[in-house]
Amino acid sequence: MAHETKQILRRLKSAKDLSRFMADYYYELNEAAISGKRKIAWCTSVGPAELLRGLGYLIYFPETHAAMLGATRMATDLIPTANAMGYSPEICSYLTADIGAFVKGITPLSAAYKGITSVPKPDVLVYNTNQCRDVLDWFNWYGDKFNVPVVGIESYRSVGEITDFHIDSIASQIENLVAPLEELAGCKLDMDAFKQAVALSRECSDLWAQCLATASAKPAPLTFFDGTTLMGPAVVGRGTLKAVEMYRLLLDELEERVNAGEGALVGEEKYRLYWDGMPVWGRLGMHSKMFAELNANVIASTYCSSWIFSALDPSDPFKSMARAYTELFIVRNDAYKERYIQDKLDVFGCDGILYHNARTCPNNTNCLYGMPQRLFRKTGIPFVIMDGDLNDLRCLSDEQTKTNVEAFIEQLEEMK
Amino acid sequence: MSKTYSIEKAVYAGVDVGASHTKVALIDTAGHLRGHGVRKSGVNFSATAEMCLADALQMADCTADQVAHTVSTGYGRHNVTFASGTHTEIGCHAKGSYFYFPEAITVIDIGGQDNKIIKLDSNGRRISFKMNRKCAAGTGAFLEEMATRLDIPLSDMDGLARKSTETVNIGSYCTVFSATEVLEYIRHGKKVQDIIKGLFVSVIRRVLEMDSLTEKVVMTGGVVAHNPYLIDLSEEQIGRRVWTPPFPQLAGAIGAALYAKATQTSDNE
Ligand code: SF4
Repeated sequence: MAHETKQILRRLKSAKDLSRFMADYYYELNEAAISGKRKIAWCTSVGPAELLRGLGYLIYFPETHAAMLGATRMATDLIPTANAMGYSPEICSYLTADIGAFVKGITPLSAAYKGITSVPKPDVLVYNTNQCRDVLDWFNWYGDKFNVPVVGIESYRSVGEITDFHIDSIASQIENLVAPLEELAGCKLDMDAFKQAVALSRECSDLWAQCLATASAKPAPLTFFDGTTLMGPAVVGRGTLKAVEMYRLLLDELEERVNAGEGALVGEEKYRLYWDGMPVWGRLGMHSKMFAELNANVIASTYCSSWIFSALDPSDPFKSMARAYTELFIVRNDAYKERYIQDKLDVFGCDGILYHNARTCPNNTNCLYGMPQRLFRKTGIPFVIMDGDLNDLRCLSDEQTKTNVEAFIEQLEEMK
Repeated sequence: MSKTYSIEKAVYAGVDVGASHTKVALIDTAGHLRGHGVRKSGVNFSATAEMCLADALQMADCTADQVAHTVSTGYGRHNVTFASGTHTEIGCHAKGSYFYFPEAITVIDIGGQDNKIIKLDSNGRRISFKMNRKCAAGTGAFLEEMATRLDIPLSDMDGLARKSTETVNIGSYCTVFSATEVLEYIRHGKKVQDIIKGLFVSVIRRVLEMDSLTEKVVMTGGVVAHNPYLIDLSEEQIGRRVWTPPFPQLAGAIGAALYAKATQTSDNE
């Protein structure tokens, strides 16, 4: 007998527009790679994308590709290839999955987009270490493989107060990229196009921030799990009009939901949770269902907010980029991070925090140095720690996750 | 839906289907433990749960009709088809422990497959909980593995450990590395009882590393039930008294039965 599947989550119409956006993006890259008509830069997710647009590059983001490897659950089978090459299973599983896939000649793009057979070959790789050192090793490996230059920015980490020293240093590093990137592009930096990209990036960031802010409504019109895929344009489309248009549509839809008092969960939104850390890409569907069934909505996160760059200012592109890329949560010290999360708990009215302890990404994991305990003492908001990983499913137990989450919801219920 | 029977005769069942053992506890309306059953969980959780329930009913001299409500818990909680509700083992161990120690407590549960540290306030509400990572160190599975290595029955461990005159140090937090440490001690001619005591101390250390201990410490779980010497050793390690409820292995099942009883109370409201 066929089971009736109960609808527990409301799908967003904009999810379709997002799919189209991503398809267009990858086809454009694929064509450029085949025809050689446009130069392609590989860039870290928070690398200087606006500058690359000003130089006419198309931009490909290996991290997004790695997340796709995770979401399609291909990663766990590919990571061992990189492990065997000398990359430890303890380091970034984006890196190991992506390099493993490359070595094996596999890409999820082929299944998703007919006609695409490989990732687009780079003319240059541009990094920013504001997230971690792993990106540097990752990019250097490809630089070597493709025999193309690897250039980038060495960022400061654990930044407390951002000073002129930080800004000047990062801004001059970005400026120093201009000459080598011009040479590779075979053209001069178009200042107008550059400023335009900064302006569009800022607009995109503001709209994305507004989209995320709609989740302060009760019930929240979107979930963290929606956010992890909806943030695609903010990552890969920064500095383009298309990304801005995509978020205008999304914001309209989310505001409509808020006005109609319609939440992302079909059932009652009894518990509002904050997610700290990365998603488990291979478990997005399972996790969103698990929370919805418990009448819990993960409404805000550190992760999805990582693509908000409010400092961007087209009138001062280099310095404002330097500030925007140093202001990021991941780059900051613990005191800042604590204040940040505390503020979000307050703004979004969260009942609890879930920390994802991602085995291979300590950089996006904030429960390793006692922060949950400190925040609990300050706010009294309970927390739970979930052991897992972004891409490597060998690092998690679904049963343990489920028990932890269910027990946490029971705990919140007892407190109501 | 509650059944029709005279309320005085009603009993409430808690079924804890753990990774290694299934436990059933039956309590009456006054909260007294009337019967229980424990069996290896095996591969057919629902059949084992039914057999355990039958054992418990027989012990309590009750019929299945008298069971007003059943709540299941543990890894196999969703396989117990005759249960009317489920709760996590975290919640059930907490409830079962608080029933015997109604004050602010820290519950340490050492299970066959995992460990938990649960903190409760004086009202029995959970403040926090922590489960071990996906690793056997500090669990019953670890002791089982080591008993196999040492070629002794699991049931002899407690008695042997008590005879130890010198504790060997098992330092690693990895079960596989611990096994090689044990092999090393065997090669050096260390006595089995000393190695076992070393293993017991290692279990306790691994558990104590999970979280800080506050308030009164209560230990539950099958491992402690079968190896009560662990309590003495824990007290030595932490320098404080460690309490156990009667039938520590049943703490989760009793907690589940108490939830079943609470369901009944809310039905009648
Ligand atoms: S921040 Fe984490 S996920 Fe991102 S590249 Fe670095 S290690 Fe990998």
